[in-house]
Amino acid sequence: MTEIFGVPTQALFGQLLIGLINGSFYALLSLGLAVIFGLLNIINFTHGAQYMMGAFVAYLLASKAGLGYWWSLAVVPIVVGFTGVVIERLMLSKLYKLDHLYGLLLTFGLALIIQGLFRNEYGTSGLPYSMPAELAGGRNLGFMFLPNYRAWVIVASLVVCIATWFIIERTKLGSYLRAATENPAMVQAFGINVPRMITLTYGFGVALAAFAGVMAAPIYQVSPQMGADLIIVVFAVVVIGGMGSILGSILTGFGLGVIEGLTKVFYPEASNTVIFVIMAIVLMFKPAGLFGTQK
Amino acid sequence: MKLKQTLIAAAIAAMAGTANAQVSDGVIKIGVMNDMSSLYSDIAGPGSVVAARMAIEDFGAAKKGMKVEILSADHQNKPDVGSQIANQWYDVDKVDAIFDVPTSSVALAINEITKKKGKAFLVSGAATSDLTGKACSPNTIHWTYDTWMLANGTGSAIVKTGGDSWFFLTADYAFGHALERDTEAVVLKGGGKVLGKVRHPLNAQDFSSFLLQAQASKAKIVGLANAGGDTTNAIKQAAEFGIVKGGQSLAGMLVFITDIHGLGLDKAQGLIFTETFYWDLNAQTRAWTKRFAAANGGKYPSMVQAGVYSAVTHYLKAVEAAKTDDGTKVIAQMKAMPTDDPLFGKGSIRKDGRKLHPAYLVEVKKPSESKGPYDYYKIRATIPADQAFRPEKDGGCNL
Repeated sequence: MTEIFGVPTQALFGQLLIGLINGSFYALLSLGLAVIFGLLNIINFTHGAQYMMGAFVAYLLASKAGLGYWWSLAVVPIVVGFTGVVIERLMLSKLYKLDHLYGLLLTFGLALIIQGLFRNEYGTSGLPYSMPAELAGGRNLGFMFLPNYRAWVIVASLVVCIATWFIIERTKLGSYLRAATENPAMVQAFGINVPRMITLTYGFGVALAAFAGVMAAPIYQVSPQMGADLIIVVFAVVVIGGMGSILGSILTGFGLGVIEGLTKVFYPEASNTVIFVIMAIVLMFKPAGLFGTQK
Repeated sequence: MKLKQTLIAAAIAAMAGTANAQVSDGVIKIGVMNDMSSLYSDIAGPGSVVAARMAIEDFGAAKKGMKVEILSADHQNKPDVGSQIANQWYDVDKVDAIFDVPTSSVALAINEITKKKGKAFLVSGAATSDLTGKACSPNTIHWTYDTWMLANGTGSAIVKTGGDSWFFLTADYAFGHALERDTEAVVLKGGGKVLGKVRHPLNAQDFSSFLLQAQASKAKIVGLANAGGDTTNAIKQAAEFGIVKGGQSLAGMLVFITDIHGLGLDKAQGLIFTETFYWDLNAQTRAWTKRFAAANGGKYPSMVQAGVYSAVTHYLKAVEAAKTDDGTKVIAQMKAMPTDDPLFGKGSIRKDGRKLHPAYLVEVKKPSESKGPYDYYKIRATIPADQAFRPEKDGGCNL
């Protein structure tokens, strides 16, 4: 068997694929952050908590209402997205005139409160959530055993990412949105309800986080700090990709997943720092991120 | 010159005097420090504070005229945060003894601080067997369990039943390293071999990459030298990647009842591991657990929380007997007295600070065998107290 740096190539293919799967989560989450930052200029630190809420609402739907995974995938983003709409209307909308920092502090505080409430209610050991029967099991690809569910994660994440990119960059609605960020007064003058559009955009970003949460529920423990563990990495992904760049966050998400996966093979001890090392290097040479534009 | 000598003598006498004075500032202050908010907070966390409070009540401190206060703090699993709290507690808040402290790296740091300041440290949550080995201290007692005990109980049972080739998934800090080291020794001693190991960061979410490496190693046993959320995530994902279906077995080296509760029996069934406490051992443990659960939001106790109860109970007995809360003296008194409480039964404490009691090799029930929440274990074997822990001569403690 051929080897690269002492690792069999077959094992390497497996790790690349795993990296891609983890990258799908990074991409989904960083996409939501990028949409919110790009269009609202809010650094949404509540994102991790909203991802966690997605997983918890899916758990609650399954255990209290008997609604399975597929229902959750459709219902949960709407439910959690709605809580986002409420947060935007009641709190965030008051902060747009102020510095970024205020939005960051508000969303960070909210994240701590939400996580604390869930921790108080459910503890930290996590809750079980079963995989949908249709996606249980897996297939042997020759170089690795690929669980069906993980394959589904890649496909679903790609579809959602591409659809979001298409809506924002290629449709009329998207062009309104982008125009409203550039010059809200002008767009409003054309008879478009800008505040409502912004509210819905935040709700959509939050719904993306909740969607990722439902996707994560069958493979990670559903626990109150699941988002807190992930959100810091996702922020690094957004910074590397360029704050607010939709395409940048998608590509960086997948790319960094792969790099992290490879680190887990060659030097696993560094696997949770490698992304931050990359972030530091990127910021040194391209302060606006790989795909960002300096404003 | 004479005056100076007299003054020094007086100062020394005064210092000794304060140490001898029965209970400093009239209050016995105990601090429960652990992870209150992250992956180990269900194992220890607020439940340990509940257990300590119950111990004080059951001891009847108020009736005996002893004033006992509890402080609690979150060390966030960081040695620097834990050290800072310990210093503040000992120096400013006049805390006499610190209890619990899961996360071995934090416990080792506080072990040193406690020794320097002559206070008392009763470890229930941390696992590293170094606390009674090369890092042993006259001010520390290691109460509930340790890595050697886990390795010996679980490891040797598995090697004996044919699990002779291992691959380790190890949490990359003091605890994981100690657990891996002690288990590896047991495997090698039993004639087995270790095919590989991978060290993952604490609180890793995704284990698929590590599991793939374990799968490729073709080892019969994948040993999980980690704890809490790391263990449950690894077990959950191992099922997904068909590790068990592919003929490999998982060995959770440190698993708590809260982990099984979080995983659900369908994923956890058949796991074999070692515990020193199970709520359903006898009438006394059941009665105590009922009271504990009522005070802890319905959650049943882990062995760590039970250990805190037992340690606080014995600590108060020793303070009463020695008539002082001076750390070094109380620890010496605790070692001199036999232990006895409803949860761990009769036991003793060795010179190196190792508390001795039986350990139980348990197997997780099938969903069909369980009568309801927390009815999870079948006791496969009881390891007597004198065999459950590392022999004193092998630890390298020079006390």
